[in-house]
Amino acid sequence: MKQLPAMIQPGSCTDALSHEPDRLASHGAILTNLRWMTALGILSLTTIVVSLVCLHFGAQPMAYGEILRVLFDAVSHKDGTDEASDIARTILLQVRLPRILLGFLVGCSLASVGVALQALLRNPLADPYVLGVSSGAALGAAVGVLFGVGTGLLAETALPACGFAGGLLALVVIYRMAATYGQLPIHSLLLTGVILNAVFSALIMFITSILEPNRSYGMMAWLMGTLTAPTYSSLFGLVLYLVIGLFLLFSQMRVLNILTLGEESARTLGIDTERAKRFLFVLTALVTGAVVSVSGMIGFIGMIVPHAVRLILGADHRLLLPASALVGGTFLMGADTVARTLIAPTEIPVGIITALAGGPFFVYLLLWRKDRLV
Amino acid sequence: MSETSHSRTAQTMSRESMRVLPGSHAYDVQSVRFRYQSNESHAISWILDNLSFHVQEREVLGIVGPNGSGKTSLLKVLARLMTPQQGRIDLFGQDMATTAQQEIACMVGVVPQDTQILFPFTVAETVLMGRFPHRPRDRWAGGFGWESREDVAIAEQAMITMDIVHLAHRVVTSLSGGERQRTVIARALAQTPMILLLDEPTAFLDLEHQIEISSVLRRLKDERGLTVVLVSHDLNLVSQYCDRIMLLDRGRIVRLGDPAEVIEPEVLESVYRCRVLVDPHPGSGLPRVTLPGRPASGRT
Repeated sequence: MKQLPAMIQPGSCTDALSHEPDRLASHGAILTNLRWMTALGILSLTTIVVSLVCLHFGAQPMAYGEILRVLFDAVSHKDGTDEASDIARTILLQVRLPRILLGFLVGCSLASVGVALQALLRNPLADPYVLGVSSGAALGAAVGVLFGVGTGLLAETALPACGFAGGLLALVVIYRMAATYGQLPIHSLLLTGVILNAVFSALIMFITSILEPNRSYGMMAWLMGTLTAPTYSSLFGLVLYLVIGLFLLFSQMRVLNILTLGEESARTLGIDTERAKRFLFVLTALVTGAVVSVSGMIGFIGMIVPHAVRLILGADHRLLLPASALVGGTFLMGADTVARTLIAPTEIPVGIITALAGGPFFVYLLLWRKDRLV
Repeated sequence: MSETSHSRTAQTMSRESMRVLPGSHAYDVQSVRFRYQSNESHAISWILDNLSFHVQEREVLGIVGPNGSGKTSLLKVLARLMTPQQGRIDLFGQDMATTAQQEIACMVGVVPQDTQILFPFTVAETVLMGRFPHRPRDRWAGGFGWESREDVAIAEQAMITMDIVHLAHRVVTSLSGGERQRTVIARALAQTPMILLLDEPTAFLDLEHQIEISSVLRRLKDERGLTVVLVSHDLNLVSQYCDRIMLLDRGRIVRLGDPAEVIEPEVLESVYRCRVLVDPHPGSGLPRVTLPGRPASGRT
């Protein structure tokens, strides 16, 4: 073993920096500012390019030049010059853009929540959909709809609150399970998810069956996961919740790193783990509740995206969380474009697309990549 | 402030932030009793039963005892991972019960028995996590904060100490048990602690690394003034490398003293309930424990 370096001896302080601290950084062993900015810069550019491609596709493909012109006009508050451009403007700004924004926000949130849950439960398979947090939130929103919350003036902000309450209910059960086992082993995690999903689905079915037929149909479509025709006001309600939830979640990135070491190690590194976990669980419920109340049950993004990002960019949550958010948002924008154009004019609920992509991935992990599971 | 004086500040920061009282022991443990909550209905289930002792500054204390004697529980109580139901523990003269977890983390590094790391952090990232307790105490440092150049330098020094610099970019999940163990010890050293608590630090290591780790712990004590408390089943290792040994049995201290006082055949036989041979180590003269072995076959 090497001679003890002077740096960690008391009193004598031979310049530690002569060891060139950048050496670790230059070998890619630690996350650096440069790597962080490069990765997020590339991902942001990709997000912009994909969003333009998504705006292009639709019942009526729109030229990229036209898209950029309309967007530029909208930003600079110019009106269209003729009827054709008015139609293009309406399609783009009233139909496609809000939908793409919603897709981005939802994907971004679900992936972020997935990252947080995986660190909290120390299990890379954790995902709000698999765990039953999404169905808890859906139940909350369904109860809200049953009691007429969705029709009032406060619909846009009150329904997410109902979703939040439902998601919190699910997370309390999961929290109790995790507290009992120290971490949530894979079988307990899946079992908890199966049970919660079964119970919440039964209750949602019950609510659906006692609603009038037209409202019941709407609820079924929403449950399957949809980003159909959001209004800017519903987007605003969602953004309100997500700004708070995601900002606070992002404020815990280093804490998430430490929590992955396990509760005892986290405490020996100075974290009040109970407080940190409760805070993160509440944030997770808040974000999931808000998203589900608007877009229904869109599954597996919270699992696939963090997994893929972790493989490529590493496990440091300071990069993993924002990168997963960007990739999740981009992925869902893309999936939704497929959903609305694949058999146009009929639209497939986007939840079906993500489940078809995520389900096989899940099975692949369970069967062939056991080494990556806990 | 120059970079050099920054480094010096790091050395003294933990001591100053803890308001270490002059002349105080590293640990002062008074009448500590601990039991797990679920056992409280039973009258005689104290895991730690009325322990009183102190740990001197700059000593290596080994805790030994049979399975279930309370060694790991004692270590966890000293790390404040568990709170005793009765008694009081002072850390450098300050009541641990009223000290913030982060303050304790700046003073006490812990190497747990289970060092499994599930997420694919690199070795360097893992060691750098040891700097977390020293983060600036502003509200958002838990999220957006970056480690300073000084943090990186300290982490790298800890890696040099544990001979894992060549593994810096490797993913911890791909390491061998011994490499992982050294990574976790380096993480604890990166905390620049004054006390290092280790639970079975050599359990996963081959002979070479057992000796290396034990020697480095002694050198950290001699050269850096670190106080080391380690739990081990290896009586010989403890005898050769510890200044004092605490022998526990059923939550009570049977003996506490230098190796010659504790590693005595009668004492060990009464605690471990088996015969052992104790003789002086030919090199160090310290007591050496040998199992009696089976009778050689074919001999009369």
